[in-house]
Amino acid sequence: MHELAVTQSILEIAVRHAEGQKARRITDLFIVMGEWSSTVDDSIQFYWDMISDGTIARGATLHFKRIPVEIMCISCGHTYKPNSRELLCPNCSSTKIKVKTGEEFYLEAIEVES
Amino acid sequence: MTVRIPVVEKILSANDRLAQENRTRFDSAGLFAINIMASPGAGKTSLIEKTVFALKDRLRIGMINGDIATSFDADRAAAAGAIAVQINTGGDCHLDAVMLQSALPRLDLANLDLLIVENVGNLVCPAEFQLGTHKSVLVASIPEGDDKPYKYPGMYRGVDAVVINKMDLLPYVSFRVDFFKKGIEALNPGVSQFELSCRTGEGLDAWLDWLLENVKKHA
Repeated sequence: MHELAVTQSILEIAVRHAEGQKARRITDLFIVMGEWSSTVDDSIQFYWDMISDGTIARGATLHFKRIPVEIMCISCGHTYKPNSRELLCPNCSSTKIKVKTGEEFYLEAIEVES
Repeated sequence: MTVRIPVVEKILSANDRLAQENRTRFDSAGLFAINIMASPGAGKTSLIEKTVFALKDRLRIGMINGDIATSFDADRAAAAGAIAVQINTGGDCHLDAVMLQSALPRLDLANLDLLIVENVGNLVCPAEFQLGTHKSVLVASIPEGDDKPYKYPGMYRGVDAVVINKMDLLPYVSFRVDFFKKGIEALNPGVSQFELSCRTGEGLDAWLDWLLENVKKHA
């Protein structure tokens, strides 16, 4: 339920960058979102349609690139995707792990008309 | 003609900046601030109550409580001896840096040693929003089940200390301490852990020592 705040942030960042380049309109936004980022893209889309109205980003398309979680075992080097039973290394049961991807949450780029 | 503008900016960067401002205020006031997070019913308020009661003669303690509605929790902290302030989030599932910032003028920060922020009961959203506190503390509890680190990795990865409350219920609940701790160890190696019971008081001393040590460091 924190997607409204998140969506407002996305809008603020996008508009700031677009205005910095003197763009007239934002047409597309590219959002990178890791599986563990605790945010729901459907809700962002829902709020987007409401809060972008009346701004230079009105009607812009949101593109979500979802990054799955990938974990590497520091003990044996095995790389795997976790589930509720497989947070520890499924190969050697080590707890020494490194989360390689899946925690991203940033605005990668925008496309604008000048 | 459309032009692509690379941005690569963290979506919650504005919140992070405000959190940094809060941190600066805490530092210049010379206080130690913690953000306490947990699911509803894990015992955040009980832990705060016991903590305030135990330390009130040694430390000046402020408490900011975030709840969707009511001021029950702030009232409990005040009764125990803290100077308590309530933020009603009005439906928001977490505190963010702005909400905290707007509550700060209601406290005399320069005359506090410890500021306890009690976040909204939720294991998902509060993990995403930095507040600017020095340490984040997660209160877990035995009846919640031993699978929580696995289900809420974001929360378990972001905290500096995990309090495992309601240890006195261990004989009555099937809770694999080993499995639970392995999850914590994997997600957040070396994180401080405190096993205690707010009800019996067992194990509270180690937690209080940790707080006192940190208060001393930030004075």
